[in-house]
Amino acid sequence: MKSESTLEKILRAGQFAFTGELGPPRGTSIAKVREKAKHLVGCVDAVNITDNQTAVVRMASWAASLIALQEGLEPNYQITCRDRNRLAIQADILGAYALGIRNILCLSGDHQQFGDHPQAKGVFDIDSIQLLAMVRAMRDDGKFQSGVDIDEPPKLFIGAAANPFAEPFEWRVHRLAKKVKAGADFIQTQCIYNMKKMREWVKQANDMGLTEQVYILAGITPMKSVGMARYMQTQVPGMDVPEDIIKRLKGVDKNKVGDEGIRIACEQIEEFKEMKGVAGIHLMAIEWEHKVPEIAERAGMLPRPKV
Amino acid sequence: MIVAERKPFEEIKSLLEPYQKVLTVGCGTCVAVCLAGGEKEVGILNAELKIARKLEGKPIETGAITVERQCDMEFLEELDSMVDQYDALLSMACGAGIQFLAERFPEKPVFPAVDTSFIGVNRDVGWYEEKCRACGSCVLGLTAGICPVTMCAKSLFNGPCGGTNKQSCEINVNQPCAWYRIHERLSKQGRLKNIMEIHPPNDWRNQAPRTIIQPGYEERLKAFNGK
Repeated sequence: MKSESTLEKILRAGQFAFTGELGPPRGTSIAKVREKAKHLVGCVDAVNITDNQTAVVRMASWAASLIALQEGLEPNYQITCRDRNRLAIQADILGAYALGIRNILCLSGDHQQFGDHPQAKGVFDIDSIQLLAMVRAMRDDGKFQSGVDIDEPPKLFIGAAANPFAEPFEWRVHRLAKKVKAGADFIQTQCIYNMKKMREWVKQANDMGLTEQVYILAGITPMKSVGMARYMQTQVPGMDVPEDIIKRLKGVDKNKVGDEGIRIACEQIEEFKEMKGVAGIHLMAIEWEHKVPEIAERAGMLPRPKV
Repeated sequence: MIVAERKPFEEIKSLLEPYQKVLTVGCGTCVAVCLAGGEKEVGILNAELKIARKLEGKPIETGAITVERQCDMEFLEELDSMVDQYDALLSMACGAGIQFLAERFPEKPVFPAVDTSFIGVNRDVGWYEEKCRACGSCVLGLTAGICPVTMCAKSLFNGPCGGTNKQSCEINVNQPCAWYRIHERLSKQGRLKNIMEIHPPNDWRNQAPRTIIQPGYEERLKAFNGK
């Protein structure tokens, strides 16, 4: 064991992992975090706490992570390079670990131009791959990025994101390899809709021996509506939503579209359970946390293993 | 070259409001080439100022001079005999030129007439693109002559990120993804191995004012400091 993370234990035990996501509130409401968290308890092995996602200011991800922890969830603390330099990132990591956070997801972050403070100065002192290497060196070598020793290093389980679809496609597996080399223990992918491309990417990762070095959790976001599917297809950079998905959603009664979205997600999960090189699912039920128990049940992901 | 844009007229006018006699100083190098602060732009700005101030009933007297380079004391010398006649100086040079002008005449208020924008290229007449952020540790040899610091919106050293939108940047479909292009060009040159290795965190050398003394010129610094 590299860390003291339950997610790591589950993956090492060969269990098919299941992680969720929780977006912190745009304010100080602990109650809102608790409300979202309570739907996830018992359904997922860990929950990603997003860090100013889409560059919109929210409660700090470490703080919301601690609230999730109090609620009995294991947080996967997301941290981006957009808002802080290497000093701030390392300081936050020390604090997060000291207070019980055991998983971290290292991201570059959405560009500030997307968010509610488009005039902000983007930091980007380091990028996500350099961040991975920094966190790994903090844990394994007990050193800060500067090379100075850390007193009681943080033993975190280190995650990274991967987008199997963005162009150039042939580079994607090499980027995954760089993330593995930098220190990623697990990967959570972008939301997957194009299964054909996903199969190809996983096969490439298998062929390069990467899936023996890293746990890949396939990203799933059930579509709530045709509008959402269309939006994801046309407005979200790096997203690949084949027309078939939209056709399927359009083919059912208006009040059954959400249900069809969950059905598609469950079919994907069934395929991933059998896919060599995929170690689990990362479910991003965006502002749909209360649906997670139903999705987990229908996808046959319950009960969660105890390790 | 350094690319600048003239400030909005109202802003310039408001900066000069308390002054009656202003010398507008153009610069004959970068800002002249990018049509922001050369001799022609000095003439236009002065004409605008005179008309506007006359209409307001607060006429302004303007002088005009364009020096070869405001970033060079040698060329600022020619202003020595002129500035006493003016209440303020309005510089149309880049930020470096403006500061050198202010240093030369510390008793005079100096105002910027342009916003210095970037180090860039002349794509076509009147059309300039940013290309360099002067980070101080150039990696263009690794990245096929495309700067990741400048051309990638997140200044990634290990791109492309997951936001690359087909061949565009996530911030704007009209902005090409720098890393898509870096990959494409390196791939065509058979040099993809350049970016297979992890590029370590950058040594940001543009975080404090920098001075460069070329080899052989150290004596000049000593002489300057001795003054």
